[in-house]
Amino acid sequence: MSGHPARRKRTNALMLGLTALCALLSASALFAILGYIAWKGASAVSWAFLTRLPVPVGETGGGIANSVLGSLEVVGLAALIGVPVGVLGGVYLAEYGRGRLAFWVRYAADVLNGVPSIVVGLFAYALIVLPMKRFSALSGSVALSVIMVPVVLRSTEDFLRLVPGTIREAALALGVPRWKVTLRVVLPSASRGILTGALLAVSRVAGETAPLIFTAFGNTFWGRGLLEPVATLPLTIYNYAISPYDDWHRQAWAAALVLMLFVLAVNLAARLWLRPRAAN
Amino acid sequence: MNLLAMDAEQPAANIPPPAGAAAPGAPRRPVVMSVRGLRAGYAAGAQALQGVDLEIRERTVTAIIGPSGCGKSTLIRCLNRMHEVIPGAWCEGDVRLGGRDVLQLDPVVLRREVGMVFQRPNPFPTMSVFQNVASGLVLNGERDRAKIAERVEESLRRAALWDEVKDKLDKPGTGLSGGQQQRLCIARALAVEPRVLLMDEPCSALDPLATARIEELLLQIKDQLTIVIVTHNMQQAARVSEYTVFMLMGELVEYGETQAIFTQPSDKRTEDYITGRFG
Repeated sequence: MSGHPARRKRTNALMLGLTALCALLSASALFAILGYIAWKGASAVSWAFLTRLPVPVGETGGGIANSVLGSLEVVGLAALIGVPVGVLGGVYLAEYGRGRLAFWVRYAADVLNGVPSIVVGLFAYALIVLPMKRFSALSGSVALSVIMVPVVLRSTEDFLRLVPGTIREAALALGVPRWKVTLRVVLPSASRGILTGALLAVSRVAGETAPLIFTAFGNTFWGRGLLEPVATLPLTIYNYAISPYDDWHRQAWAAALVLMLFVLAVNLAARLWLRPRAAN
Repeated sequence: MNLLAMDAEQPAANIPPPAGAAAPGAPRRPVVMSVRGLRAGYAAGAQALQGVDLEIRERTVTAIIGPSGCGKSTLIRCLNRMHEVIPGAWCEGDVRLGGRDVLQLDPVVLRREVGMVFQRPNPFPTMSVFQNVASGLVLNGERDRAKIAERVEESLRRAALWDEVKDKLDKPGTGLSGGQQQRLCIARALAVEPRVLLMDEPCSALDPLATARIEELLLQIKDQLTIVIVTHNMQQAARVSEYTVFMLMGELVEYGETQAIFTQPSDKRTEDYITGRFG
């Protein structure tokens, strides 16, 4: 083995090159997707496209304003439900959870994280749409929040565990009650990480389509409240993309670009937020 | 009038004896904490303390020495019940703070009277220098800002840190040097005005210069409160303490005036440890 330094160096160079190539490949997928979508969709994106309602096939113009607003509504409500549940559950797991309950909660969260999103959609359909006998923004939000909870829960737990135990001890030794230590010392120390986890969960569900098909359903007009069907970006992209009309195809690309940029912006915001700041 | 009477009884209170040389025959200070038959351990069944008896006298420095794993930290962590924070940890026996049963007290109340400084400096990372020192007061509900500011300055002065940080009270506490951070933690503990301050190897993560500064400040604050310090450094024990406890394998081997322990230990094991034959 040690007798072939030249061969060893060649192998080393080869493998190093291979790892670098694969690293580049995985990163370039993002740029390929972004570039292709921008190329196909950028021409159709305009202020009017973002601020107008869709028009019937054959008419020119028309936009996706209802989908943009609908997405914000459905995702926003999903975050209002999912983030508090996830954060509080994460606090329990990290600060108090020992023994069997914590083990099962953690395990269930991991399994839930892997449940196909269309199944989550069916769950919300059975839970809300069927009893209420109507598709609604609310049922879409519930479906998305079910997807968010395990993501937020585990990221909250992980970031809380990164807070050194010595910090908790220091606060307890000052005669601060346990709940206050958690609320005023431990949570603030992990707040940026927790917020990042929440933002990543938001960006994850913003692009979900399957859970919305038979919950939020879609709408060609403005949504009329939480208990009515509502258009969302992923659903609109889906409907436009499977249609036979060239104009709708163009709009689907444009809507995809808008959705991508939104997800990218949320993601970037999360990363920037997490970046350690220079001491003031 | 009572105060006068007390002074008359204890002239030594005003003139602390030099460190490491508790004058033989000087009147003994009253006992502030007493420990009887203290046994403690951890979940796995390992018993860390095998029945310890100890008296801690008011406004003195008591050093606890002994090899690693002898139960020094466990002992002082029982004194403010930080021991039970570890899952599965248990302790039993009689621990008293000024006559009150420590194991029956609310730990939150107890810890305000018996503060603690840890091995590694652990300032709160989200808080400024000022907020760190104020944290004990603020988190326990103090709202009077003037009073807080006054107490912060006073505590930082007592911890010999004021001059170094007075211009950067708003900077993060974690931005200070290791030695400064440890003095910040001491200031934070002093700010809630504990009767007893427990120190768990407070200098083991510090360089000799930072260590010297901490020792200096101990000598300055010890006439205001009682200090129990765990240390691996026997010179440190000799320099700062009036009383020394030697522990071995969960037992208290010898307890007495520091000078006596270091010059005429009555137990062979103490002598062996002090002279560096083991440990």
